[in-house]
Amino acid sequence: MAGSIPASLSADQATGAAATDRPSRPVSLAGEAWRRFRKHRLAVVSLIVLALLIAAVGLGPLLWKVPINDIDFGAKLRGPSLGHPFGTDDLGQDLLARLIYGGRISIAVGLAAMFVAVTFGVMIGAIAGMASGRVDAVLMWITDLFLSLPQLPLLLLVIYLFRDTLKNLLGLEMGVFVLIVLVIGGLRWMPVARLVRAQFLSLREKEFVEAARALGASRIRLVIRHILPNAMGPVIVAGTIDVAAAIIAESTLSFLGLGFPPDVPTWGRVLFDAKDYLDIAPHWALFPGAAIFLTVLSINFIGDGLRDALDPRRVL
Amino acid sequence: MSRDYLFRRILIAIPSLLGISLVLFTVLALAPGDPFGELVTNPNVPAEIRLALRAKFGLDDPVWIRYVRWLNAMLQGDWGFSFTSRMDVDTLIMQRLPTTVAVIGAAQILAIVVAIPVGVLAATRPYSLFDQIANTLAFVGFSLPTFFTGLLLILVFSIQLDWLPFVYRTDIRASGWQWWWEHIRQSIMPVTVLGLFQGASLVRYVRSSVLDVIKLDYVTTARSKGIGEPKVVTRHVVRNALIPVVTLVALQMPVVFGGAIVTEQIFRIPGIGSLLISSILANDTPVVMGVTFVFACLVVLFNLIADILYGWLDPRITFR
Repeated sequence: MAGSIPASLSADQATGAAATDRPSRPVSLAGEAWRRFRKHRLAVVSLIVLALLIAAVGLGPLLWKVPINDIDFGAKLRGPSLGHPFGTDDLGQDLLARLIYGGRISIAVGLAAMFVAVTFGVMIGAIAGMASGRVDAVLMWITDLFLSLPQLPLLLLVIYLFRDTLKNLLGLEMGVFVLIVLVIGGLRWMPVARLVRAQFLSLREKEFVEAARALGASRIRLVIRHILPNAMGPVIVAGTIDVAAAIIAESTLSFLGLGFPPDVPTWGRVLFDAKDYLDIAPHWALFPGAAIFLTVLSINFIGDGLRDALDPRRVL
Repeated sequence: MSRDYLFRRILIAIPSLLGISLVLFTVLALAPGDPFGELVTNPNVPAEIRLALRAKFGLDDPVWIRYVRWLNAMLQGDWGFSFTSRMDVDTLIMQRLPTTVAVIGAAQILAIVVAIPVGVLAATRPYSLFDQIANTLAFVGFSLPTFFTGLLLILVFSIQLDWLPFVYRTDIRASGWQWWWEHIRQSIMPVTVLGLFQGASLVRYVRSSVLDVIKLDYVTTARSKGIGEPKVVTRHVVRNALIPVVTLVALQMPVVFGGAIVTEQIFRIPGIGSLLISSILANDTPVVMGVTFVFACLVVLFNLIADILYGWLDPRITFR
């Protein structure tokens, strides 16, 4: 859902530019959104930075062929050099290769967790918004309850209790991946649900929905074809920011030593390993930290730009 | 604010506490193995004794009976016994809790002290250079994860400059001013990390909330009466703008606790956050459950305080 937005925006870039040349031509919705998005300069810069980061993480292994677990005690804890642009860790493993590999996982966790949160949130919000009455009250009570849960302690608790089962079920890496994605996504759906419900409450009384109902559209069709597309703007914004939050959550778990196992060098995990060598090898901690920071910052700025583009009523 | 409002707010907090306890218990009940009884799964214990023990501790009873019994025990302060520390869970938590509350409280105060002036100044000059710089810094602030800022501060102030200690100690052998000075010195970095992270998101809330208020008619009226701009802002605008901010501060509490766990872990502060991590690593289930429950209670408590403050700040709000 939200993942398809940058693609459609860049696809409509040409039409948007053409429209500004000839103002008489009608501007498409996406073109208009892109025009507003471009006004947010930091968001545009962030879009480029994020694209570069994703390209580096996605295509990096093709260009930088050093294995991530090539142990070389002769070159341990070295600073950046030509052979190891980001330096090495305490086992002499190349940090650049490890960060490229870890970045794939961190970003994948972020996107997958966002997808879980948005899907779940949209479903709950849509049901609450359409049903109203008692169902709505119960669902919103549950939403508020989840909002007041202490997230990180609960995250740690669930991972502590279920890690071994899923490990046996799906294998070490996949088990931890699924668990982390489900838990982070499962604790982040509440804002989306509230947004969707609020949108539904106002949209379902609008004339176009009434018109569709009068034409005999079924309830499902009303929701999927008419109400949901109009409610997606704020959801896309929330989803974008959720990606950043999920990346931070995953890094936090790994940093606390409770996320991915040591041989999976996600950015948080590398930081966790590096923190005891801060005095002799600061580069080891600085590069993964900067990677997390850059990714999260650019996603947050893009979210802000998307808010200007898709949700012009909000001031924040 | 009437006493009635206060009373009803407290009554409303009870179902959410019950709900949270239900969520915790469900997680626990769904978990594989028997987190309640380490004894029961011990292979040295013969099968018939194991069954007798299971029956004695009621592990085969229906789920809801087990929930009621667990909740009853939690309410009576019977939180179990820590396997690793060899002491009651509640005494262990009570030893650690003051440190956590002190650090979180100081960080919140720092966040508020930084965020309110910056947010108000930014909102009174929207889209000015100051506003743009403040907004960008706020974005940087909440995009920097606490674990990275913590490491950065240690790197700069402890390792490079050697100004501040990076391990939090409770056994400081000093008294009077010296004792306070040492405590403040070692608290500076953790409190800064947490406070600036909190403050960064708070700045944006304050700014947007002031922007909502500043265009209202009563502010124009105040200005047209000839009241100076500083007084209009402090007396008329900020007072009303802060009302929604109070709720947002309370809603942020779960995030604050998350940050506190990380900061305690980085700076080795002996609070309940680091207790949680060490108990998880040591498979000490009763402590893990106890600490999680305490965190949940603290969140509910802060929500309650926010609601009460809300009613006090804005007398128009009464309970429907």
